[in-house]
Amino acid sequence: MAERKFAAAPVNPESAPFYKAAAENRFLTRKCTACARLHWYPRAICPFCWGTTEWQEIERTGRIYSYSVMRRGDPPFAIAYVTLDAGPAMLTNLVDCDLDSLRIGQRVTLVWKATDGAPVPCFTPL
Amino acid sequence: MTNIAKAYIAGAYEHPTRKAPDKSVAQLQAECAVGALADSGLSRDDVDGYFCASDEVGLGPLNMIDYLNLRVRHIDGTDMGGASYLAHVAHAAQAIAAGKCNVALITLAGRPRSEGHSGTMPRAAVANSPDAPWEAPFLPATVNMYAMCAMRHMYEFGTTSEQLAWIKVAASRHAQHNPNAMLREVVTVAEVLASPVVSDPLHRLDCCVVSDGGGALLVVRPEIARSLKRPLVKVLGAGESMKGQMGGDIDLTYSGARWSGPVAFAEAGVTPADIKYASLYDSFTITVLMQIEDLGFCAKGDGGKFVADGNLISGVGKLPFNTDGGGLCSNHPGNRGGMTKIIEAVRQLRGEAHPAVQVPNCDLALAHATGRLLGSRHGSATLILERE
Repeated sequence: MAERKFAAAPVNPESAPFYKAAAENRFLTRKCTACARLHWYPRAICPFCWGTTEWQEIERTGRIYSYSVMRRGDPPFAIAYVTLDAGPAMLTNLVDCDLDSLRIGQRVTLVWKATDGAPVPCFTPL
Repeated sequence: MTNIAKAYIAGAYEHPTRKAPDKSVAQLQAECAVGALADSGLSRDDVDGYFCASDEVGLGPLNMIDYLNLRVRHIDGTDMGGASYLAHVAHAAQAIAAGKCNVALITLAGRPRSEGHSGTMPRAAVANSPDAPWEAPFLPATVNMYAMCAMRHMYEFGTTSEQLAWIKVAASRHAQHNPNAMLREVVTVAEVLASPVVSDPLHRLDCCVVSDGGGALLVVRPEIARSLKRPLVKVLGAGESMKGQMGGDIDLTYSGARWSGPVAFAEAGVTPADIKYASLYDSFTITVLMQIEDLGFCAKGDGGKFVADGNLISGVGKLPFNTDGGGLCSNHPGNRGGMTKIIEAVRQLRGEAHPAVQVPNCDLALAHATGRLLGSRHGSATLILERE
C-alpha cells in the first residue's frame, strides 16, 4: 500500500508562527493573557473571553476523543480528535499504527509528518 | 397557540430529476421556480423577494436574480449549507412581517452527481477560512466528520450499527412508493450492515445518495395565502443556531438542534409530543439519530432505542419521518437536503404525500436540517409548520 503523502497546511499570518515552530520541533498553542485559558485552533483573540493571546509551548500527549478510519482513502487513514493533556481537543490524524487497533481513550503522542512545507501535527498511540 | 401568523408556504416544488448532465444549475433553479409558481397559482410578477444560498451559482442571489430577470425588493443569501432553506423560510416570514416583501421565492439546485462530487472526497480548503490551516492536512471529508460523531455516540451511549441501520430501513420502506426516488428497493438491517464500511462505523447504506436536482418554495403574506386555492401551511415557529468546536471544548454527542429546536417549539407554542410528522436531515443515519435526541423526541443517548424496530416508519412507528425516502433513498440535490425536507413536510400537511405514507390528520409537522459538517462546524435550522 502506498505511503500517505501529507499536504502542507495553508498558512496565513495568524498561523505562520505555529508552523515555523513546528519546523523547529516545538508544539505550540495560544494562551489568553486575560483568562489564562489555552484553546485550539490557535487564534489572536481568545475564543472564551476575547482577550489577547500569546504563544505557549505545550505537552505533546493526549487521548483519542473520537476517530474514524476512512476505508475509502487511498491509502485508508484515521482522522481523529485528540484531547490534549494541556486541555483543548484538536483535529488530527492518527499515524504509524495498526488502524484496526485504535480505540477511544487511547493515550497518544505527537508525531510531526513531513510535507513540502512545514510538518503537520499528527499523533500515534503510546 | 400564542404566536401571530407571519407567513404561509403557498408553493412547493421538487424537481423530478436525479441526474441532469444536460442542464445548467441556474436552469434547474429556474425550472424549480416555475414549478413552485405553478403549484401556488401565483405569477412571476408577484415575486418581490428572493432567497438562495451563496455558493451555488457565483454570487448566489445576484446571479440568480439576474438570470431570472426579477425585480425584487428583498434579497437574502444566507448560507448554512444544507440547512439554508429552513433559515430562508424563517427569514422570509420575518421579512414579510416587517413589510419588506409579500412573496418570497426560495430556490436550490445542484449537480454533484453529474459533476462527480461525493462525501468521501476531502473538502477543499476555502481561502481565508480560519480553520483551514489547522484542518486541511488531515483530510476532513464529509463522511468521516459525521462518522466521528457516530463513533463517540456509540462509545458514550452504547448505540449500535443495527440501531442506525433501522433509520435507513425506514427511509427505504417510504422510498418504495416514490417513483422519483433514486433508491426504491426496500432494504433490511442485515443488508445495511453487510454493505461496505466507508468510514468507521458508517456503512455505505448509512450514507445519503448523491443526486442532481433542486427545489423551490414560495413564502407569502397571510392575506395572499388565503386568496389562493392551495391548503394553508403556516410557518408556526422557527429556530436557528450554529455549533462549532467551541475553542477546543469538543463534544460530538450533540448537534445545534439542541439550541434551534427549543426556540422553534417555544415560538410555535407546541412540544415534540404534538408533532405528527418530522422531516429530519439524513445526510447519514447518525444525523437523524442525534437530531431526534436534540429536538427532544427522546432523551439524550436513547436515540438508538427510539429509532429501532420501525419507529420511524409511517403507519408503523410513533414518529413517521422522511416519507419521500429522504436523502438516504430519494434525493439530496446539490448535497443540500434542507429544501426537500421542507417540501415533504408541506406535502404531508396538505395531505398530498403518497397515500401509502400519508400520516392521517397531519396538521403539525417539523422540519429540521443540519448544514455542513456535524463533526466540526454546522448550522442547524428548525421549522414547525401547521395546516390551518
